[in-house]
Amino acid sequence: MAILVDKNTKVLVQGITGSAGSFHAKQCIAYGTQIVAGVTPNRGGEQFEAAGPDGKKVVVPVFDTVADAVKQTGANTSCIFVPPLGAADSILEAFDAELALVVCITEGIPVMDMLRVRRVIEGRKGRLIGPNCPGIITPGACKIGIMPGHIHRIGKYGVVSKSGTLTYEAVGQLTALGMGQSTCVGIGGDPVAGMDFVDVLKLFNDDPDTEGVIMIGEIGGNAEERGAEYIAKHMKKPVAGFIAGTTAPPGKRMGHAGAIISGGKGTAKDKIAALEAAGVRVAPTPSDMGTTLRSLLEN
Amino acid sequence: MKIHEYQGKQLFQRYGIVTPKGYPCFTAAEVEIAAQKLIDETKIPVVVVKAQIHAGGRGKGGGVKVVKGGAAEAKVVASQILGMQLITHQTGPEGQKVQRLYVEQGLDIARELYLGLVVDREERRIAVMASTEGGVEIETVAEHTPEKILTVHVDPVTGLSAYQARDLAYALEIGKGTPSPKETIGAFVKLVQKLSELFEKEDCSLCEINPLVVTKDGKVVALDAKITFDDNASGRHKEWIEQMDKAEEDPVELEAKDAGLSYVSLDGDIGCLVNGAGLAMSTMDIIKHEGGAPANFLDVGGGATKDQVKKAFSMILSSAKVKGIFVNIFGGIMKCDVIAEGVVAATKELGLKVPLVVRLEGTNVDLGKQILKDSGLSIQAADTMSDGAKKIVAAVRAA
Repeated sequence: MAILVDKNTKVLVQGITGSAGSFHAKQCIAYGTQIVAGVTPNRGGEQFEAAGPDGKKVVVPVFDTVADAVKQTGANTSCIFVPPLGAADSILEAFDAELALVVCITEGIPVMDMLRVRRVIEGRKGRLIGPNCPGIITPGACKIGIMPGHIHRIGKYGVVSKSGTLTYEAVGQLTALGMGQSTCVGIGGDPVAGMDFVDVLKLFNDDPDTEGVIMIGEIGGNAEERGAEYIAKHMKKPVAGFIAGTTAPPGKRMGHAGAIISGGKGTAKDKIAALEAAGVRVAPTPSDMGTTLRSLLEN
Repeated sequence: MKIHEYQGKQLFQRYGIVTPKGYPCFTAAEVEIAAQKLIDETKIPVVVVKAQIHAGGRGKGGGVKVVKGGAAEAKVVASQILGMQLITHQTGPEGQKVQRLYVEQGLDIARELYLGLVVDREERRIAVMASTEGGVEIETVAEHTPEKILTVHVDPVTGLSAYQARDLAYALEIGKGTPSPKETIGAFVKLVQKLSELFEKEDCSLCEINPLVVTKDGKVVALDAKITFDDNASGRHKEWIEQMDKAEEDPVELEAKDAGLSYVSLDGDIGCLVNGAGLAMSTMDIIKHEGGAPANFLDVGGGATKDQVKKAFSMILSSAKVKGIFVNIFGGIMKCDVIAEGVVAATKELGLKVPLVVRLEGTNVDLGKQILKDSGLSIQAADTMSDGAKKIVAAVRAA
């Protein structure tokens, strides 16, 4: 089961002929993801070659447009590796082709572009993950993005996070504790993005294969607080949390475009308090995310 | 990226937003000439000399002076402001050195208002905020009398509608007491719509006019201009390079930015080299948790090359305040061997005089560890980030 992606997910990669796109498309194919098409304007008709998990050659057709790729291959999900100034256009192209899920890895998209994208996709059926995120993985079934596949194990615990490397950290800890993952979703660190904590928590809550969740937030905005509100009202499963940036100085952007404390708002302290009030057990350090979730399950 | 008031006003003028007449100056002699020119052109004997630094609160800090004694007095005032360390609530205790001035015509002000545009991330719209409480810190208004801030949101499809701007005009009673309320309201509506257009087209993340003034003859004038651009959009705004004032930026952060690294200076003594923003932030947190203090936030990112890592590590090595270094890597896209090669290359050039703790995990971890081992450097290996933080804090204490 898991959420959003599984072994039947058919993925097309926008920007497959670029350096990041081709490198990661190969990694995804090697993991066993069904990459069925690539899209790069003016490169239609080319073929993209890679090796599957068994080492056998996989040939992926490249198309000029997403619409063509969908029509020819039945792809239902897109993964975007297009450079920042063209990425918003790629997201809109994917939504117009009515894909169920669009995962945008690109970092550095201007916020004005994302305001327009969000306005256009409001009310549409498709879902957007990212941008500025590592992607999504259902271990053993489907990896869409840039996370190292080998650290994951098939299992029952969900991870949702704004940070890529902290997701790997959490996954590494869970795997070391023998706790596999149902699905791990990186929602990204941009101020205006697609799915937020609430959207993903809802799916984990309804997923019979997920028995507990690690939620990783960071300073800036109030997505964590909204997540906490949802958890307090609706969550039936244990949630362990972590918030990065307890020691971050106010007014400074900490790497992610959205990670900034402005006007005294968006501090780690407030977020931790909101999560704890909602019954989330917050890990004291990032090294304790896995054990914190385990301690909740033992109770 | 921030720009100066005078640069913001030049942008305003391009969009038809009314500002007082003024000239940027770099010396007191230039100020005297500019002041005389303004007095001749406007027939107003009053000019204002304004320090140009990127922080707000300049007036309170003594960086803005009204001059009524003509050009000669303006020159004297200018020589007092130029070169001073201007301290405001936004500069920090050390202040910011004043190297540029703006000389502007004086106005007969009837009312001071506030107008500000920001990206409202929760509403996913540009928020236009207006208040009758102009000329004071808007943060204070927001905290004590939030009801005095009026907000409307801009639909990206239509831009700011005229009725929204009119709503603000009526709520502010902008026409009250002016010779022609209808004209004043019209001027305000035009200004707010132009500003909204500017915000969008110029890829701003903040645009503030504080104060926006209504003059005694009913004109609506932007007396200040505070603009921050969205760095992510720099690729489509080549003109920003000329607008940047490097004297206003932290030199180390600027050096990092040029090398494609994300760096923030902090007050502690443990240098950090990390991949990923979240991991870099929580590396700072865990150092603090173990009783140490981080000297910096440094995210080398996912796709860094050996040269970028070398540059990053060199920056830490050459910082005088750094008493120990913690390298914390969970390689995903970032390969551990690239990190190891960069670290070794930097230490070969600069030497390693402080304790170094390295925690490597993820892609090509064995290769990375081997490179560090073969280098013969004195490195303490750590298994987890908690282990690493404990080790570096202990090593710095022992030193």
